[in-house]
Amino acid sequence: MTTVSPDETTTATVGADSALSVRHLWKIFGRGGDKIIGTPDAELSRAELKEKTGCVVGVRDVSFEVPPGEVFVVMGLSGSGKSTLVRCLTRLIEPTDGDVVIDGEDVTKASDSQLRELRRNHTSMVFQHFGLLPHRQVIDNVAYGLEIRGVGKKERRAKAAEVVELVGLSGYERSYPDQLSGGMQQRVGLARALAGDPSLLLFDEPFSALDPLIRRDMQNEVIRLHEELGKTMVFITHDLAEALKLGDRILIMRDGEVVQIGTPDQIIGAPADEYVRDFTSEVPRSHVLTLKWVMHEPNGDAGDGPVLQSDQIVRDAARVVLDHHGPCRVMEGDKLVGVVDDEDILRVVVAEEEATA
Amino acid sequence: MSATTEAPPRPAAKEPPPPPAEPRRLPRWAWALIVIGVWILVWSVTKGQDTLAIAAREHTEVQDKLTDFRDSVLASRDTNPVIQFTYQLGEWFKSLVDWFQRMISIPDFPRPVPQIGWVGVTAVATWIGLAVAGWRIAILVAASFVTFGLFGYWSDSMDLLIVTFVAVAFAVLIGMPLAVLLGTTSRIGNSIINTILDIFQTMPTFVYLLPIVLFFGIGASAGVVCTLIYAMPPLIRIAGHGIRSVSGTTIEATDSAGQTRSQRLRKVQLPMARKTIVVGVNQTIMAALSMATIAAYVDSPGLGQPVLNSLFKNDVGGAFVPGMLIVVMAVMLDRSTTAASEASEKAARGGVDMRQRRIVLALTAIPVVVALWMSRYYTWAAEFPETELGPKLADKVNSFTDWFVDTFSTYTEWFKNVITDYLLNPMQDLLAESPWYVSALAILALALVLGGVRALIPTVICLWGLKFFGLWHDAMITLNMTLVGTVLVMILALVFGVLMARRKAVDLGLRPLLDAGQTIPPFVYLIPMLALFGPTRFTAIIAGVVYAAPVAIKLVADGVSGVSATTVEASRSTGATAWQEITKVQLPMAKGSLVLAANQGLLYMLSMAVIGGMVGAGALGYDVVLGFSRSEEWGKGAAAGISIVLLGIMVDRIARAAADKDEVTHNPAKRPWWRSAMG
Repeated sequence: MTTVSPDETTTATVGADSALSVRHLWKIFGRGGDKIIGTPDAELSRAELKEKTGCVVGVRDVSFEVPPGEVFVVMGLSGSGKSTLVRCLTRLIEPTDGDVVIDGEDVTKASDSQLRELRRNHTSMVFQHFGLLPHRQVIDNVAYGLEIRGVGKKERRAKAAEVVELVGLSGYERSYPDQLSGGMQQRVGLARALAGDPSLLLFDEPFSALDPLIRRDMQNEVIRLHEELGKTMVFITHDLAEALKLGDRILIMRDGEVVQIGTPDQIIGAPADEYVRDFTSEVPRSHVLTLKWVMHEPNGDAGDGPVLQSDQIVRDAARVVLDHHGPCRVMEGDKLVGVVDDEDILRVVVAEEEATA
Repeated sequence: MSATTEAPPRPAAKEPPPPPAEPRRLPRWAWALIVIGVWILVWSVTKGQDTLAIAAREHTEVQDKLTDFRDSVLASRDTNPVIQFTYQLGEWFKSLVDWFQRMISIPDFPRPVPQIGWVGVTAVATWIGLAVAGWRIAILVAASFVTFGLFGYWSDSMDLLIVTFVAVAFAVLIGMPLAVLLGTTSRIGNSIINTILDIFQTMPTFVYLLPIVLFFGIGASAGVVCTLIYAMPPLIRIAGHGIRSVSGTTIEATDSAGQTRSQRLRKVQLPMARKTIVVGVNQTIMAALSMATIAAYVDSPGLGQPVLNSLFKNDVGGAFVPGMLIVVMAVMLDRSTTAASEASEKAARGGVDMRQRRIVLALTAIPVVVALWMSRYYTWAAEFPETELGPKLADKVNSFTDWFVDTFSTYTEWFKNVITDYLLNPMQDLLAESPWYVSALAILALALVLGGVRALIPTVICLWGLKFFGLWHDAMITLNMTLVGTVLVMILALVFGVLMARRKAVDLGLRPLLDAGQTIPPFVYLIPMLALFGPTRFTAIIAGVVYAAPVAIKLVADGVSGVSATTVEASRSTGATAWQEITKVQLPMAKGSLVLAANQGLLYMLSMAVIGGMVGAGALGYDVVLGFSRSEEWGKGAAAGISIVLLGIMVDRIARAAADKDEVTHNPAKRPWWRSAMG
């Protein structure tokens, strides 16, 4: 439903104030990949195309917009093309076709020096396997981005020290990466990304290599940093729970294609197809769905039950609804949009019990 | 992708069709035996015909043409720009070495002594050892330098060091950019560089010498050039590999920060590859030392000369002392470069108090300056006082050798005779006494059987070349020595390699010995073998075995211990005996390493069979030595050199093709279906 319509006029206007705008992005690996786009071959499935031309589609005609300050999650299983997609954004992998606009600048048409300028000042990236420099102390790893911009040693170390503190690594400035645990190493990666004060942060499965507990800490850390700094983030993950936890909106990919783009409750409440439904079937729906998804039309009179907001999560509203006899009113702002009663709530919760039983 | 692939539908209850019967194919070794059997049959009726043996001073037309070519190059020395350029380069190297020699090793006229005497040189070297690697190395360096003087070879030792270091300096200067190129370019550039390096590394050391003498003249210039060429490939290969294997994630992560190409190289790739690069430099220094020793053949100054002179005279004791000093130098250089890399690692990680270090270095510099000053003005500090130690030790060694040979000659003779009568002679009869076309056909057939079509083309070319250059008979004798030596090397490698892999204690005890063995220049191995077995081809073979064994044993040991512990455990859990475990699990799974070990063994053996030419090994090695010493034999020597290269390429290609043809070793996924069906 929120899938971006590839309408040129609207994307152009939206693109102007988007932090990131991606239009018809393609990546086809293999010789002659660029000649496939626009031919009937482009419609073939991945396997068929591989069979026929030897080329592999990494990203197929992907378009989306990310407004400033949003956490945009790209989610998919391994091989779905999500890591390729995020690398195409700053041309770590050269896209085959399409446009990427970051802060109003067309990345795909940038020269080498423009691209470097963009990477230095506008974006930075956090990697699954950290990618730290083993021969440098934490402080100099964090300062690396500033160093290659030509910032003086004193200044960049001062800035790096601030960021190290921000990610909670004070006291480890002089350590070497191999002396830190995985979670701490990723904090260094995070600090390195933040040090350059970019407007757009890219995360490529940053926590996949970490233990579950540490992963949870790091997710909370990202939420905290987002609240404090308000940066636009594009976050790649294969973990649906992580996507639902962090994402303002989620893009689901399969075989290089967009399957669905939407807010977490849209993904759960209105899965675009069987694939997404299957995928999300294990998610506790009451933790994600808002009242909007469970309410029903008021039968004539809405009554005078307690007032709830339509974007309230079911789980949080459950106690109020169950305590009250009769329907509760659901408002969107000041407008009455529906009512919920015990049965609406229980349907979601019980369905879950059955699913897990 | 994987999310949507479904499991193939399970076959219905019906039994799957039985796999078609395995085609009855003979394994490769059976075909090889058949070829050899036929060969023996043909040999028994044709032996002695068309063996192409030529007498010591006989030349073929091609060889005479090579001599003519040499003469025309020498004649055009004043007109040919290429020769002029190389001669100039040679002159330049020579004057560089000469300058250093006058500084530290030979009298600088009008001074009766060098500019800096032994006390000064030792002090400076010790101080450098302290600065780069700590006080232990400083002591080792000081002790080594004093040893050089005590045994009366100060000047020769310094010369060897000078030639080695001048060559290493240029090898690094030229090699590092190439290593960066190898580490950063596309696959095509890579394969070009790799092919060139392959050819250089298959060439036995000896072969470099003749053409280099032609273009650079004899003496220090040729010594530096051939050392430089020989020592560069390890650096390029190892450093290039180090740069290439820098973690892709780190490169990507730092690229995403917007670095330029040169920032990537300077701040990420080179620092992260530093350890590997240092290993490359270490290998280059060791290779340079071993080549600089052999360069004595072309009159390059250094410790190689006294060794060579004594070997020519069969004076074991006389060769032993400078030989021992070469080993001392090798150990000193190896230990210092390794320790230097460890120390710099520690310093880079902030483990060293820089202020304290500077103070220590500044303070210790004072006695160094004093020593320098004294060594310029006092005779005792300028010239190493003569001692009787060297000659005395030489005499001791000689008398010990005599005693040893007298006492044990029955055993050594027995060993020598067994190998000679039952392995060496029969094989040589077959290889060299068959008509040349029979041997050639048999070798071709073996190449086809073992290595497939891929081995066929290089083998045809190499065999044709051997025939063309007219030293077929000698080439077969050398090939035979190489093969016999390789068989012995592989027996040692299998026994000790498996033992090392299975017994931690054996590994701990043996590995330092093997490491030490690998640092010794090959040349030196000839000395004790000469003492034991006298000047025969057997001496060269055993020296070659000793020379090749360390690397082969280590390869086998690493291969066997690299076999997945889970697999070994699984086989043990089925109740396999130790013997079954070795023969059915460990060795088959380490097959790749075994083939590599055999390949290395072949190349090392070939290079030793050639060096051994001067201690009675005869054949191609002797032809090359003769080419050095007699002007009119130059063409034959050059032909022998080329034949050696051809032999090297031939055995290397066949061994590689045989390894590649064995798909299971390389790609378990490509196992023939009947085997995977069983597993």
